Parts: sequence; C-alpha cells; structure tokens
Amino acid sequence: MSSEIELIKDPGLPEHKLRQSDVDPKAADRAERQVAILFALSALGTLLFIYAYLFIPTDLFVFIPLMGEQNIHQLSLGLGFAAALLFIGLGAVHWAKTLMPDHEVIAYRHELRSPDADREEFVKTAKDGAAAAGLGRRSLIKRTLGLSLGLVGLSPILLLGDLGPLPGNALRTTSWKAGTRLVTDPGDRPIRPEDLEIGAVAQTLPELAPGKDHHTLNDIAKDAVLLIRLRPEEFNLDAERLSWTYQGIIAFSKICSHMGCAVALYEQTTKHLLCPCHQSTFDVTRAAKVIFGPSARPLPQLAITVDAEGFLIAQAPFNEPVGPSFWERSA
Amino acid sequence: MRARERIAGNVASYVDDRTGAAAWMKKNLQKVFPDHWSFMLGEIALYSFVILLLSGTFLTFWFDPSMREVVYEGSYVPLQGVEMSAAYASALEISFEVRGGLLMRQIHHWSALIFMASIVVHLLRVFFTGAFRKPREFNWILGVGLLTLAIVEGFLGYSLPDDLLSGTGVRIAHAIIQAIPVIGTFLAFFAFGGEFPGYIFIPRVYIVHVLILPAIFLALITVHLMLVWYQKHTQYPGPGRTEKNVVGYSLMPIYMAKAGGFFFIVFGVTALLGAFASINPLWLYGPYTPGQVTAGSQPDWYMGWLDGLVRMAPPLEPVIFGYTLSLNILIPGIIVPGIIFTGMALYPFIEQWITGDKREHHILDRPRNAPNRTALGVMSLTFMLVSLINGGNDLIATAFDLSINQIMWFSRIGIFVLPPLAFIITKRLCLSLQRADRELVLHGRETGRLVMMESGEFVEVHEPISAEKAWLLTQHEQNAPLELADSDTRGVRRPGLLKSKLRKRFAVAHAEQVAKPTLTEVRELEEH
Repeated sequence: MSSEIELIKDPGLPEHKLRQSDVDPKAADRAERQVAILFALSALGTLLFIYAYLFIPTDLFVFIPLMGEQNIHQLSLGLGFAAALLFIGLGAVHWAKTLMPDHEVIAYRHELRSPDADREEFVKTAKDGAAAAGLGRRSLIKRTLGLSLGLVGLSPILLLGDLGPLPGNALRTTSWKAGTRLVTDPGDRPIRPEDLEIGAVAQTLPELAPGKDHHTLNDIAKDAVLLIRLRPEEFNLDAERLSWTYQGIIAFSKICSHMGCAVALYEQTTKHLLCPCHQSTFDVTRAAKVIFGPSARPLPQLAITVDAEGFLIAQAPFNEPVGPSFWERSA
Repeated sequence: MRARERIAGNVASYVDDRTGAAAWMKKNLQKVFPDHWSFMLGEIALYSFVILLLSGTFLTFWFDPSMREVVYEGSYVPLQGVEMSAAYASALEISFEVRGGLLMRQIHHWSALIFMASIVVHLLRVFFTGAFRKPREFNWILGVGLLTLAIVEGFLGYSLPDDLLSGTGVRIAHAIIQAIPVIGTFLAFFAFGGEFPGYIFIPRVYIVHVLILPAIFLALITVHLMLVWYQKHTQYPGPGRTEKNVVGYSLMPIYMAKAGGFFFIVFGVTALLGAFASINPLWLYGPYTPGQVTAGSQPDWYMGWLDGLVRMAPPLEPVIFGYTLSLNILIPGIIVPGIIFTGMALYPFIEQWITGDKREHHILDRPRNAPNRTALGVMSLTFMLVSLINGGNDLIATAFDLSINQIMWFSRIGIFVLPPLAFIITKRLCLSLQRADRELVLHGRETGRLVMMESGEFVEVHEPISAEKAWLLTQHEQNAPLELADSDTRGVRRPGLLKSKLRKRFAVAHAEQVAKPTLTEVRELEEH
C-alpha cells in the first residue's frame, strides 16, 4: 500500500455561507426596498417614454455637455425605453440574489445511453418493420420508388430556372461604341479636352442613347469611366495605348478589375488610382498597371479622341470585359 | 388569497386534464443548473436573437424592400430631390418620420452586433473549456452552423437599406459569387436576376433575411437548447462536483428570476446603446450607385476578417485552358473560410481521434490543463485578429499615420508567422501555469511575510492552501498519450502507417503536461 501514490481527495461541497439577508431581518427588509425601488425606476422609465412619444417635438434639439446638439425626442425615447427594461432586469436579479433561497442543490446525472435491452428491441422493431413492408424482398418497388423520389427532387430545382436569365454576352458589352461622346456625371454635359486642366480627374458616362432619359444602375455598373489629364510626356505607354489617349487625357473603366468597387481615389502627386475597398493600386502613367493589392489586371482602358465638334468621344468600345473576373472571361 | 389559489388550481387542473403536463413540469421546474458567469454568454446570444425578432418585426411595418426608383421627398433636407431606391427611401422614413423608428433601427443593428459577439465568445468558452466533448458534439456542430448562419444573416441585413455603403458590400458579395469556377457567372445571374445590381436582389434578400433564415434559426436554436436541457449543463470543477452530479440552483425560482431578469438587462443595455451610440447613420452615405464609393468602406466587424483576407490576397488570376480562375478572390473568400469553418465543426472528432477518449465529460477543463487545445484556439484567434486588423488597414493607416502598404505587408507576413508563434507561446504559458499550480499545492501560498533566520538569511513564510483549492488544482485527469502499435501482434506492419504515425505525434503533443502533485508528494514535503 505504501508504495501506491495517493491523490489529493475531494473535500466535498464547502459549507453553505449565509447571506446578510438570511440572518438579519433588517437586511432582508432593506433588500426588499431596493428591489422595489428598482422596479419603480422601471415604471418611471416607461412614463418618460410615453411622455417623449406624445409630447416632445421630434425636431427639438438641445445642447448637452459632452454630447453636443442632441435630438431630445430621440434621446428621451431611448432613455425611457432603456430604463424601463434595464430596471426590471436589475430588480429581478437583485431579488434572486438577496432574497430567494441560495442553498446549492445537487442533481444526479444518468447515462444518456439506452440500456442494451432497449437497443436490441429497437433494432428488432426496425428490422421487423422493414421486413413487414417487404423492402428487402420486393426490389422492383424499391427501385422504382428510388427513381421517382430522385426525379421528384428535380422539379423544385427546375422551378428555380427563371430566377435569372443566362449570362449570354452581357458581361462583355457596355454602352460604349465608336463615336459615343463622354459626358459628365452628374450633368450629362459633353466634354471638351480644354475643360480638363492638367492633373484633373473627371467621372464620366457615355451619352444617353436616344430614347433613354437616365442612366440605369445596371448601365453605370459597367459604363462608369474616369478621365485623367496628365502632361503627355508623363505617360509610359506603348504606341498603341498612347494612341488611345488624347492630348494627355487617358480614360479608364472606373469599375475595379478586382471586385467591382468604384476606383474612386486618385493621388495627384504619384498618379496612382486606389480602390478604397481592397486597396488595389493602379499606375495611371503605365495604363493602370497594378502596382499593389489583390487585383490581378489593369483597369480596362477606353480609347478616346475628339469628334468634329471638338467633344471627347470613344474611338471604339472597350476591348475587354470591365469589372471583376468570371470563369469564361478569357474564353 | 384563497380565491386566487382556487382559480389558479382550476386553470392548472383544466390544462393538466388535457395535457398531463404537471408530471413533466414538476420535474423540470426543479431542474438544477450550475452557476457561472461564462454560462450567460450563450444566454446573451439567445436574448439578442429575441430582441432582433422584436425590433426587426417593427421595422418590417415600414420598410419597403423594393429597388423601384423614387425621388426622395422626406424631411431630411440634404437628400431631398435625390433619386434613390424605395428601400433606401423607406429606411430614411423609418429614421426620420416614424417616431421611435431610429431607436428601433439602432437597437436592431446593435443587437445584431451583440448577437454575433456573444456567439463568438460563447463558442470560445465552449472550446477552451472542452465543453464540446462527448456527449455534446452535435451541439457543437449546431453552434458552428448557427455562427455561420448568423454571419450570413447579419450581412444580408446590412445589405437591405441599399445605401452607398451596403451596396458596396453587395457588390463584393456579387464578385465572390461570380468568381466561383464553372458555375459562378450563372449563379450570379440567377441570384441577381440578371446583371448587377439589377432590380430584384433586395426583395429576394429581404425574404431570406426576415423569413427563411429566422425560421431556420428558430429551429436550430430550439434543438440546441433542448440538447442542453436534456444532456444537462456542464459544470466547472470544484469541491463536491463530479462527473455524476450537477451542483447549482433550481430553475424555480432562482433561474426564472435570474434568467428572466437577465433578458431585460440585455434588452435594456441594447436600448441604451441604441439611444446613445449612433450606428449606421445611413442618411450620411447617400443612395447606392455603382459609380461611387465612400472612402473607408468597412463591413461590420464579423465580416471584417473576411475582408481583411481578401485585401491581403496575392494578385493571382491564372487562365487555365482558356478559363479564368480568380484565386485572388477564391482563396480568401471561399477556400480559407471553408477550411476554417469545416475544421472548427470537426474539431471534437479530431480531438477524439487524437486522444482515443470515448468517455462522457461533464466537468469542464481549465484551459491550462489542455495546453495543446488552448494553444490551437489562441492560434486560430491570432489568425482571425491579423485578418481583422488588415480588414481595417485603411482606418488604421489614417489613424496612426502609417502607409497602407506597410500594414498590408505586416499582415501578409504576419498571417503566416504570428499564429504558429501564438501556438508556441500559449502552450509554454499553459505548462508554466501548470507548474505554478503544482508549486502552490506543494509549497503553499506566498504570504509576503519575511522572516529572518538565525543565520541571517531571509525566508518568506508559505501558508498551506485550503483543501478546496488543492482539490481544484489537482482534480483533472492526466492521461498518457494513446498507445499505438506500428505492427500487429504477428509483427506485420499495419496499413495506414503514415496516418498512425501522425496520430501518434498528435497524441504525444496533446498529452504534454506537468505532472500534478499528489498527496504522497505533499506528505513527503511536510515530513522534511
């Protein structure tokens, strides 16, 4: 025995300690009063809520130190509502903690597992049931049932077919065509090169097609274009891409080639475009080459020139899909 | 009093005659629950869900989930005359015209954040104390499912008002769907009824947000709670507490008052936040248009880690056999979260496989006594934290005057380096804590009293700790790692040797521990 290692033993549940309110009737009465005060405060909260809802004008603003100008209607509604709820809760918990019996109770766990006899009986019942139905013997029924259940599951899936049209060519087309004028967004005014100073940025859309009175969000999601004007010598482009610019004005799709956010931040000193969603950074002087961040492709460049009246137009549609990638993009 | 008792008795007997509920109620009103503050975390999640149902129902009375274009004519002057969707216009109406509408909107949003936070912290409590062990594996999986659904539900709710911020979030969700190989483009067209943003997405999101997901939630939460009830709650170790009993207080009246009261406290605190802390002031963002974006676009925090992963992803987008594989979106947006959530759901089974332990466990572990598990948890948390930090890299860059590129590179490297580092440090810390426990039991508590010995040496007086404390520090089991033979009894090498080697290594790592002190050792020391 002496060689066996003895473990430290469980001393058992510690002795119950009485609370002040258990031994002192005065303390118990005090606790009762505290609970009552908490409940009464809740009632006051509801009264404040009712008063605020009915009588405080919705546009009453008052200066409150530390909080600034506050809408008193909103604030009182919230405060009243919060107090009404909070004090009920505090009262109930205080009541439970001070006045309700706090003797610890012990309950016993039983094993969750069913007794073996029950398990065996269950298996037998299930087997008997299956045998009675003849599932094992009548294989013709089994197979046709499997077939019909499998097929009936198809119909709800098919029913979802009209949730949307097939993609078709939609992701490859935009409203830009050869000769489409660039117009300001907002305002829809055509733009002359001289409207843009060097270093300026402009958000543009294609001019509205005849018969259309405004740009739909679906159009904007593909058509939005940024114009940026640099000094022509600042570009670092090949001859083709240079021919897509006009007097230092270069046009890119504003829809990020990563996840489609609007590439809205332009840093004039570095000539970088930055997408605020995931910080893909594009170098304007090098045809929006990705220089940082998760995007893997430059922003598509729109070839531009001017028409006879001197307004900026697209030379041609975009030569690649704008916006985020998709499986068939390069197919 | 007599009359009242008679009426109550009559009602009860009327109901019992028809349902036989008394027998069940008698037993369950005395149901014993153990008491601990950390057991209230799941309660907060439950109550937040109820608050979400109540406040959400209120909002549906005015919210118009339509993408029909309207011209705003409400009372908020800066947006008067602006074209916007009916959804956004009605969200503005709730905020400015409906009395108490703004309060309810803010309560709804705050309780969504509290719902998510309490689920996450509840999950951490369950993980670090080993409460997921047999027989509670199903409930763990249900919990992981609820967490996943909650993230989706929160994101959908965030998308509904159709303001510039929420629309940007939808834009990103659209890009993730579209990036799925083979079927992505079709899925995106089906979900949005055509091209982005289309005209039908908000109504569809609405019915999922207010009907389909809440119904699934209700069903899963019910099963989750029924299992807790039926399997009885776990309890922390302590004197008098065993695997065979539950020490605590009975439902009636203690928990009725405490839990019922706690519901009101949670609701009250949420209302207080709704009253004082402005959240999602959507009138400042303006209506959604794909051509614009707000700087500092941020999702809610529970999506922040995902956004952070997307931000730090490398620009990989290979074209394979003529098809585009958007790895820069797929890896952070689908693959990594998929691995994390699957791993999390399967963890109870993985641990069981490592330890070979098939017994029921109702006494919780102190995290230090399961160093490997605790280290794994802290490692995962560190991964999430680095992702989350990167999700706010633009805000951090602005606030601390750093360059966004520096933060991004910190995250890109940190996501690989910091989690393993956290694992090692946590495991060492756990073992050190075990060692400290051992010291405490063997040598007692430091009293801070110094005594000068005859030799002039100073010694600190130690006091023995109480029997209760000594039991708490030594009650845990210390099991040797699972023994696995490389060959069977006839010396033939077993199939799946690699698997068994791996299992052995895990088992050894999992069983690493500082031997707990025994009574024999304590006595030996006392004799000296």
